[in-house]
Amino acid sequence: MELKDIIKPENLVYQKSDIQIDRIMHYCPGCSHGVVHKVISELIEELNIQEKTIGVAPVGCAVFAYNYIDVDWQEAAHGRAPAVATGIARLNPDKFVFTYQGDGDLASIGSGEIMHACNRGENILVVFINNGIYGMTGGQMAPTTLEGMVTSTTPNGRNTDLNGFPLKITELIAQLPGTSYVTRQAVHNAGAVRKCKRAIKKGIKNVLDKKGTSFVEVVSTCNSGWKMTPVAANQWMVENMFPFYPLGDLKDSIKGEPVSNN
Amino acid sequence: MKGNEVLAEAAIRCGADGYFGYPITPQSEVMETLMAREPWNETGMTVLQAESEVASINMVYGAAGSGKKVMTSSSSPGISLMAEGISYIAGAELPCLIVNVQRGGPGLGTIQPSQADYFQSVKGGGHGDYKMIVLAPASVQEMNDFVDLGFELAFKYRNPAMILTDGAIGQMMEKVELADFKPRWTEEEIKEKWGSWATIGKPASRKQNIVTSLELDSALMEANNKRFQQKYKTMEEEETRYEAIKCDDAEYILVAFGTSSRVCQKSVELARAKGLKVGLLRPITLFPFPKKVIGELAERAKGFLSVEMNAGQMIEDVKLAVYESGKNTRVEYFGRMGGLIPGPSEVVEALEEKFSWELNYGVKRYY
Repeated sequence: MELKDIIKPENLVYQKSDIQIDRIMHYCPGCSHGVVHKVISELIEELNIQEKTIGVAPVGCAVFAYNYIDVDWQEAAHGRAPAVATGIARLNPDKFVFTYQGDGDLASIGSGEIMHACNRGENILVVFINNGIYGMTGGQMAPTTLEGMVTSTTPNGRNTDLNGFPLKITELIAQLPGTSYVTRQAVHNAGAVRKCKRAIKKGIKNVLDKKGTSFVEVVSTCNSGWKMTPVAANQWMVENMFPFYPLGDLKDSIKGEPVSNN
Repeated sequence: MKGNEVLAEAAIRCGADGYFGYPITPQSEVMETLMAREPWNETGMTVLQAESEVASINMVYGAAGSGKKVMTSSSSPGISLMAEGISYIAGAELPCLIVNVQRGGPGLGTIQPSQADYFQSVKGGGHGDYKMIVLAPASVQEMNDFVDLGFELAFKYRNPAMILTDGAIGQMMEKVELADFKPRWTEEEIKEKWGSWATIGKPASRKQNIVTSLELDSALMEANNKRFQQKYKTMEEEETRYEAIKCDDAEYILVAFGTSSRVCQKSVELARAKGLKVGLLRPITLFPFPKKVIGELAERAKGFLSVEMNAGQMIEDVKLAVYESGKNTRVEYFGRMGGLIPGPSEVVEALEEKFSWELNYGVKRYY
């Protein structure tokens, strides 16, 4: 059998979602962003919500997210995506509004905006890419950088006396009564991608059902910033990131329900 | 009604979709009035107290980006915090209304009225080459009128508009004729009017609407800047507004806006009672600045006195206007700072002192 005999419509097992724009990505090979973009695009198509979706892009590597996912987008100032999304969602209550933010954007410069948007229970989905580093500006320390981790601004490794401690912001978010679903996922293998897709789907459905804020962290690799091959970066993530940022649901509740302290 | 309360009432009546703000003296009554009025029950208008001015201006960005009529208000320190967001709004070409009820600075300064944010308002304020349309009300009635006008101009040019007022007019009570209620735009109207750029959700058939100020291709970014500059030039040609009081025969022109222009109205009367031919030019739009009329007045006038509640900011624009007209009529400054308002007779005394040469010899003195 020759290749041309195999490439036939009836043999199709996979194709790109129509929502994912057919354009060469600026992301580095091995980067997690592409996979998460694909998952979001597929879900927008499956749930048939293209016409009611408005995305809010961050400042960071995903600043050009609007080049890849075929919906209306707003590009926010650094860290302000949750405030921008609040403005859109409050005045367009029947739309599906989501932010897509990295760890520098969400957990550092935008820590105030994310806390208060989640605490108000804004009816939005937050997709939070945590790779422990500033990718776009060339690999500086992020609030989520692990202790001892080498970055361009922690050349001898993150020293907690000098730089403070890595921030588990998702754990803080889970404490806020405005959030209904808070989870931590990854996309380093096929199983993880399927789980992550289920989590984001649940987040989208929560927004459509007006259940308050849903928050999906995706622990990710930045092989360029980490200066590793994609395979080594995945391995390093499993061995070093996952013990500190364990995967799984942190909260699956309803908005306004008191949070237990145990 | 109080100036600040009128801002709130005018917003509801002109069909605004949303207000996002953060409390700061001397303008907290704007949000307090809105929250007490509960316009969401009446017109469907959304009112939200944000966690900071940074958040409120970005909420305005988001809502304006979806084609809604939205506003915020604050006072000087809060406007500084909003500067980043205003620059993004100008860069993304979004329409919105921002009210600055000024107080004295710098820093935390004072809660008393001031006009020290003139430069910040008319020269941009945030980073990058941009301009806002700046309206300067001189009465509670104009606080009412300029809300609707501000929105109209903001949408006409897809540009932020600012009402630049101060704590005196914000707190002042005067009679006011409120506007009739205008209905808010329906989703269909927004789609028809602003569907070419607003993020209202895209059907598969149309291209994406992307609200952004980002353009990494320098040639395209320069083209964007040229478009903005052209827009500001059109504003200068078509939107300049001013009021000229007793300028027809005036030998000396007071130039003042907002609260200081109210003081100067009295100064004109006092001066005329003394036999001095004094008039008042009150810029209503601070950007675009009424350069042309100042140039025309410079032909006959012996002098201009820029009366401001700051260290002398607008005087630079008055001087520029005179210079551009090719005249060399003298321009002087008088003002008070730190939350103080000049008195009408103080202004006349300053005029007599600064222009004593002209008053004594009856002829124009050049630089």
